[in-house]
Order: sequence, then C-alpha cells, then structure tokens
Amino acid sequence: MRKLLFLGLFGLMAAVTYAGGYRVSLQGQRSLAMGHTGVAVVNNAELAFFNPAGLVYLENKINVAAGASAVFSNVKYQNSEFGISSETDSPVGTPFYAYGSYRVNDWLTLGLAAYTPYGSSVEWPTDWAGSHLVNNIDLQAIYIQALASVKISDKLSVGGGPIYVNGSVNFNRNLNRTLTDLNGNRSNVTVDASGVSAFGWSASAMYNATEDLRFGINYRSEIMVEAEGGDATFQNVPNSPLTPFQDTQFDAALPMPAELSVGLSYELLDKWLFAFDYNMTYWDVYESLDIDFANATPDSNNPRNYKNSSSYRFGLQYFANETVTLRVGYYFDESPVQSGYFAPETPRNDAHGFTGGLSLHVSDRFSIDAAFLYNRYEEVDESYNYYTENGETVPFEGTYKTSAFIPGLGVTYKL
Amino acid sequence: MKQYFKYIAILALGIVSCEPEFDNPVDEAGAYSNGEADFSRYVALGNSLTAGYADNALYITGQENSYPNILAQQFDKTQDIEDFTIPFMSDNAGGLLAGGNQITNNRLVLSVVNGDTLPRVYTGMQPTTEVGNVQQGPFSNMGVPGAKSYHLGAAGYGNVQGIAVGTANPYFARFASAPNASVMEDALAQDPTFFSLWIGNNDVLGYARTGGTGVYQLNNLQPSTYADNDITDPNVFASVYSEMVQALAANASGGVLINIPDVASVPFFTRVPVNAIPLDAQTAAALNQQFSAYNTQVLPGLVQAGFITAEEAQSRQINFAEGQNYVTLQDESLTNIGQAIQGAPFNLDPQNAGLLSQLRQATPTDLIPLTSSGILGTPVGDNPNMINGVSVPLGDEHVLTNAEQELIRDATTRYNQVISGLAEANGLAFVDANAMLNKLATDGISFDGGFVTSDFVTGGAFSLDGIHLTPRGNAIVSNRIIDAINTTYNADVPKVNVGAYGTVTYNNEVQ
Repeated sequence: MRKLLFLGLFGLMAAVTYAGGYRVSLQGQRSLAMGHTGVAVVNNAELAFFNPAGLVYLENKINVAAGASAVFSNVKYQNSEFGISSETDSPVGTPFYAYGSYRVNDWLTLGLAAYTPYGSSVEWPTDWAGSHLVNNIDLQAIYIQALASVKISDKLSVGGGPIYVNGSVNFNRNLNRTLTDLNGNRSNVTVDASGVSAFGWSASAMYNATEDLRFGINYRSEIMVEAEGGDATFQNVPNSPLTPFQDTQFDAALPMPAELSVGLSYELLDKWLFAFDYNMTYWDVYESLDIDFANATPDSNNPRNYKNSSSYRFGLQYFANETVTLRVGYYFDESPVQSGYFAPETPRNDAHGFTGGLSLHVSDRFSIDAAFLYNRYEEVDESYNYYTENGETVPFEGTYKTSAFIPGLGVTYKL
Repeated sequence: MKQYFKYIAILALGIVSCEPEFDNPVDEAGAYSNGEADFSRYVALGNSLTAGYADNALYITGQENSYPNILAQQFDKTQDIEDFTIPFMSDNAGGLLAGGNQITNNRLVLSVVNGDTLPRVYTGMQPTTEVGNVQQGPFSNMGVPGAKSYHLGAAGYGNVQGIAVGTANPYFARFASAPNASVMEDALAQDPTFFSLWIGNNDVLGYARTGGTGVYQLNNLQPSTYADNDITDPNVFASVYSEMVQALAANASGGVLINIPDVASVPFFTRVPVNAIPLDAQTAAALNQQFSAYNTQVLPGLVQAGFITAEEAQSRQINFAEGQNYVTLQDESLTNIGQAIQGAPFNLDPQNAGLLSQLRQATPTDLIPLTSSGILGTPVGDNPNMINGVSVPLGDEHVLTNAEQELIRDATTRYNQVISGLAEANGLAFVDANAMLNKLATDGISFDGGFVTSDFVTGGAFSLDGIHLTPRGNAIVSNRIIDAINTTYNADVPKVNVGAYGTVTYNNEVQ
C-alpha cells in the first residue's frame, strides 16, 4: 500500500504537462489522476465529458461529479545573445467541471455538463522583450452541454448532445518593439471581448467487449468562437497623425478545435483497472490569429499554422480497500505549435504529464477525489518568425522553459 | 489515512516551489564575464553624445537611452556593479530654465503640419528643469552637452554664476559638486574602476555648425582665448586629452576611448542638397542674363588686370539651367573684388558690388547646415528679384565650404591620432566611431529589422537635430564599445538588441 503510494509519488516527480495549445485537459479528478484517460472507463459522472455513452452504464440513478483544479504554471524566457530573461507571473488558473446524470429508464440516461476545456492565462512582465507579441492574455471558455446516453444493448451504447459555449478574451500587447509616447511609455493595445456565444456538439459510443474489457470513442466538434464588436483600447499612443490609433471595435475568431478520443480499459483481478486513451486534437484549424479593427487601424494578422496533435495517455487504478482508491498515470502530449511559430502567448512544447491521486469513499454515496498533475517540459530553443516591422520579418528568438503543477479536488456523489 | 494526506501535502509543497529553471540561466553569476575589467564603478565622460542629448535637447528618455546607461545595464550582467547614476532632467520636454527664464529650446519632435512632416519644437509643456536646482551627486554619467576637450578640466565650468557670461555650462552647473569643481575632478572623486571618454567632437563641431565662421586656432595654445565656433588647436587637444587619460587610467582597471567622427557624415550637413534651387527654363535664362556681364566682362577683366587668376575666375562663374541648381554663396576664401569693381572700367554700384564681392556657385563638395535649409529660396525683404541662394548669395554661416571642411578634417585626423595612440599606449579599448559613422552614412548597419542609416528622420541612427543619436544609434555605439571591451579585456559582455531601441518621436504638440 505504502509502496504503491511512493511509486505514484516517484512517477509524479519524474515528469508531466497538461495540454498543447490552449487546451486544458483537466476535466475530472479521477480521470486526471489516471493520466486524463476515461473514454473507456465507467467510473463516475466524469463520463459526461469523456464518453457520455457510458453514463447509461453507471449503477446509480443519480450521479454527480464536480471539482476544480489550481493551475500553477509559469514560463521562463531567455536570450543568451543579449542576456535578457523574463518569467511569467501568471495568475493561478482554476478550471472546473460539474457533471450530473439521471437515469430515466433502463436504456436512457440524461445528463448535464459544464466544463472548461480551453483557456489560457499568461502574464509576462509588461514591456518585456517579447511585448510586441504579448504582454498578457486571458482566454476563457465555459462549455455547457445537455446529454443523452442510450443503451443499445448490454454491450453497446451511444451518447452525446449539443454544446453551448460562453467565451471571453482579454489580450494586451505593445504595438511594436519601439513606439512610445513623448514620455517613453510603450504604445499598446488591449482587445477585450466577453460573453461570446458559440455552439457545438459531441457524440460518443462505448462497447463492452467482455466483462473486463471496454472500448470507447468520443468526438467533440470544433467550435469557432467569434468575437464581434469587442473593445480595442489603445494606450500611450503618440499624439500624432503619424500614429492614428484610436479606440475602436474589433472582430476576431478563435477556434476551439475538434477532438477525437479513442481508448480502452481493462479490469484485472477486480482490484486493478488499466486505461489507455489516444486523443487527436484538430489544431490545424488554427491558421492565424486575425484581429480586424473596425476603423482605419491596420488589421493584425498573426500566423499560427498549428498542426494536429496527438496525446497518448495511460492510467492505472487500484481499489485498495473500501475507503481508498489509488490512481497513477502518465501521458505524452504533443504540442500543436510548429517550429518557427512559437509565440509566447501560448508557449507550449511537447510535455510529459505525470499524474496521481486518490479517492476517499467517505460513505456509500459520497467520495472525495484528489488528483495532481506535474508537467515536465524540455527546455526549448524556439522562435516566432512571422512578426513584421516595416516589411521586414523580425524573428523573436530565445529559450523557453515551462513548468506546471496542478493539484485538484473534486467530489463524487451517487444516489 | 492521515498518512496519505501528509504525504500529499509534502508533495504539493515540494512541487509548487518548483519553478522552471534553465540549464544555463543568463541571469545568474557566471553566465557572462567582465574579464580583466572591473565595471563596479563605471564613470562616463564626454559631451552631449555621452549625456544622451538628442533632438536638440536633453530630456529623461534620451538620458535613459544614452550609450553609457546602456553599457552599464550590460555590465551589470557580468558582475555586481554600483548603481549607474544619471543627473536626470525634470521632464521630457527638454528645455532649461535659469532663474525661471528658458535658456535652451525644448526638444524637437516629428510633427505633421499642413501635410508637411518635419521636426518642430515641442510646445506641449513648459520646461521644468531649473539650472540653479543643483542635483546631488556623485553621478556616473558625467557627459556634459556642449563640452569641448579643454572644458572637462576647467575649474568653475559648473558655476551657475558663470552661465550668463559664458564661462560655465548650464548642464554641468546642474550637477557640479561645487561651483569651482571641474568635470574631471568630480569624475576622479568617484575613484572609477572603469571609464569611457568620448570628447573632442565639439572642438570641431562648433566651427562646422556655424558654417565655418570661426577660425582654426592652430598654434594658439591658450584655449581661454578661443571663441565657441573656433577649432581647437590639435596640440591643445593632445595635451588636455592625454592628461585626462593618464588621470583616469591611473587607478582604473581599464577604460574605453572613442574617436571623433567626420562631421560630413552626419545628416546635419548632408541633409540639405547643395543644389537645392529648382528653376524652370525661363527663370534660368533670365538669371543667366542678369549674370551675363559678370561672367563675360567683369571676371575676364579682373583676370586681365591681374587681380585674380584665371582659375579663380573660372570658379566664380555663375550659371543656371532648367532643373536643380547649385546655390550661390559668399566664400570668404575668394579674393574680395568689391572695391575693384566699383571703379573703372566696371563702375558697379556699391550694392551690386557687395553682392558680387566674394560670389561663387556651390560645388558638390560644399555642405549646407540643416539649420540653414529654411533660408534657401526665400526672398529678401519681399523682393522677388532678391532670392537667397540665387540672386543673393548665402552668407558664410550658411555654407561649410570644402576649404573649411579641410580644416575640420585636418583637426579631426590629428585628434584621432592622439586618441588611438593613447588607447594603444595605455592598453585601453578603442572604438573607431569615425569609421562607424561613415559606415552608417554609406552602406548602413544591418540589424534584425533591416538597416540603420544616416538618412535624416528615416535612417534610424540620428535624432531630429541631425547630429545626435537616437536610442537606436546609441545601441549601435554601445555594441561597438562592447566589442572593443570584450577584445581588449578578454571579457564576455552581452550586446544589446538594436531593434529594441527606438528612433524618432512623433508628436503634434507644436506651434
């Protein structure tokens, strides 16, 4: 028992990351503790996210799971040619989830889900070396989804439902590398939009091959969050007709890419559960971050050219006793960012995620779920090569190192 | 059960404190090296270029972007250094007040008025820097705008009482430790471990920017008798410069000497084309008609009389054509024919004789100071037949003739021999700013955003006064200095990213 715990700890020490791009894979403490696997695991209401088809196989009539994580993540940048270094002082992110399911009859379960699969919060020191690309960004998206899970047979079920997204973005950066007002204050722009709505869907299936072996597949559609008429505020712009930047509105679209998950789980000796998930996130839709200003301000086009990225996730669960379930996991999360497109607003490279956690079954109905994730990123020499100044392409180069530690707590209730 | 919580708590604490760490962090000791130099107390001596003067004024952001301050920030990456202190102005407007009266102009800003994008004096605020409000030092940046080589050792150069009578400099008065102190004295009192010295520019620039109205004080060893627009005798320069270097180098680990650029490489002298007069065919013909008698009778007549040589007569011919024409000017090096042509057989009236007395047309080697651009082509007293630079020759102060440039080149060359010689003799780092500015004026210097050149306003190197550097120009100088220091002292001081430094400031609060 104790040995196992230490094994988990060791795994945790070794390495972890939480997701490429601005995908935040923290949609359930039980799943997260197992490397964020779950497309083929029937465990609790976290299925609402991972595979709604499985909800119908939950034993109880009512299932609830809710929780939140605290994302402690920072990035360091340095450029050894010029002896420059900066570190983000990003606020602690708090992605959350809340899922509920209700079994209507033997073959139908309905559900409701709220979760935050995309987001980013990065705060560099104002006017740092890369401030012409980003000073700070805060991107949030809350998904709210109605679900139905239909049992076709004891072996096969399907599920899914429509998704409503409410998103917001606040992004600040300097207008270029040098423009200032008379007193040397850097000229910058903040774009802010909130309450942006969009719709999508997810669909899934689960197949129980044997009593111990399950397969699952889940697809969540791409959702394009289109901010229209957001506020663009220009600060410290020189008082001059040569810099005609005035506060205005902007339009911009940010994709929440589609994600396909397939996986399996295998139960062993009643006490052990192994899970494997493969995720494909269709990031190639994120070609460019384009901000179209309503007035004469030149539009801002920022090539991103993301590529589709894969994650490979492994999890292990051990039913220690009546009150304790232990979990560990590992995943490899491939970054969607291609070399030369490494922009410091989402400075992600490939990550190794090490997870662990446990559930304490306080009563038959109520459990506390704890998980933690440690992401390990390699130090990476990268650049963003698509910033232009007076028609010249000016790469922003340097070495990045990211760390992320994410503890989370949740509860599971069943009736 | 409690055990698990304990382990988790310990684990959580351990990892939360786990910040991202680089294998070779640039912000830790050992990332760079000061080599054999000790930058812990760096003192910079010089003139406006050292002070961070730009856009015809000294102001806060210019001071922040002065090359000594840029260097100090890079030195700080190699070792612990004391604060690099700067006698900051009170504002970014730039003008100086003495007893509440403004004695120097506000800075220039690039403004658009009636569609013309030009440098104009910023009028958005009244200046607030009072000369009499003496700043408490010591100051690491001892650059004093306007200082010539022999001023740095002059006692009383910072005496507020001496400003009005011209024996003191208001910029030094702002931060001199005592009325009778000299710049050198205040610098040496800080016991600098490292120094930079860039002085001598004004020893020729005062002459150059006034179109050569002063004199080359060759063999006059008494600088106290020099006027502001004279050229300093090279022996005087050699003597005061070497004295300063000996004194500074005596206790310092090292230093850097920066030489004097050719004045003809700065936009103040290259911006205004010397063939600035556009004429149509009709006007050109009419003007040629006016000068016909002068060209075909007066000049040959004077040659015949032996008054001037045929060669001089040739150089004094005035000819206009359709298109761009060279300006006309009074060249004091020409024989004054004003009296001669009032007599027989020419019998010209005194006014015309005066206009023709030392008249010639400019050649491509003449230079027109930027400050004279406004007078070209303007009528004298609303008389359409009296046009400055055409029918009325430009005065001596509006043209730096090739002969005057020769004097400047001679002095500059001799100063630069002294500087490089002393650098070598004392094992000091040496920066050839002359070569650097020539490169800016010819090929430009590349950076990650293109090329920095000497082009006025758009080139990026020179501020709106056409003489002093922009922050970007200062960054380029800093990198050259760092190169020289790294080589001389076996150091590894990181350079700065030139593209991160700005150029000229836009503002439309002008009159």
